[in-house]
Amino acid sequence: MIPLEWYIGLSSIIFMIGAVGFMIRRNLIIMLVCVELMLNAANISLVAFSHYLQDLRGQIFVFFIITVAAAEAAIGLAILVVLVRNKGAVHTDEITEMKG
Amino acid sequence: MLPVIIFIYFAIAMTTLSILVITRKNPIHSVLFMLALFFHIAALYLFLNAEFLAAVQVILYAGAILVLFLFVITMLNLKAEIFTEPFIGEWPVSLAIGSSLLLLIFFSIRDFLKGPVGTYSIEVIKQETNTKILGRVLYTEYLFPFEIASLILLIAIVGAMVLAKKKS
Repeated sequence: MIPLEWYIGLSSIIFMIGAVGFMIRRNLIIMLVCVELMLNAANISLVAFSHYLQDLRGQIFVFFIITVAAAEAAIGLAILVVLVRNKGAVHTDEITEMKG
Repeated sequence: MLPVIIFIYFAIAMTTLSILVITRKNPIHSVLFMLALFFHIAALYLFLNAEFLAAVQVILYAGAILVLFLFVITMLNLKAEIFTEPFIGEWPVSLAIGSSLLLLIFFSIRDFLKGPVGTYSIEVIKQETNTKILGRVLYTEYLFPFEIASLILLIAIVGAMVLAKKKS
């Protein structure tokens, strides 16, 4: 039997890779992919908790997280399409309108 | 012994795939590595006795969300992306922040305390199948959050259409 700590470790490694990717990449599409990566890491730990604590609440939570991730991807990509149409930029350092 | 070997394979494969996702220059390669990662995650869910979520992971994440990403990438035609620098200039700082946070989590995992065990043991789930029992919990105990989830999806549909619509 695999200890629960291993699953938490794997989930935190993937979460941190996603967080670092979100910080270091310039491309907005890859940044959205990194957000999906972080949500999936959280899902892994929730399913592991659900299995080891013999409670289905973790799996229900994963269900709702997948719903929110789908909505977030749809709206994020719509914003991206509008941004490219109006500015022609997909890189974070080219979008500087809010800079004082 | 066999579960340990399988878990170690999944851990190594998932870590490698996620590093590949954030380091590839071409966005299409990144998204395709993400696809492989999602299949690995689905297999890990099967390993944890969550059959329905494994199916949802393949159908919804790999089948819908990633295809949406691929559609947008092909629509935007990012040919110049391959020749530009993929990382920001201050990437070592972000890497240091990320690894120190990871170290912090690893030190705190050892002090993890398990809560009381619930009523849905593997035998109970085996008797009624995972999907049936999950559906019953979702439609009784979590009915109100389920309705809110439908509202979130409605807002996402309307919001995406309003945003992407061309101004005449």
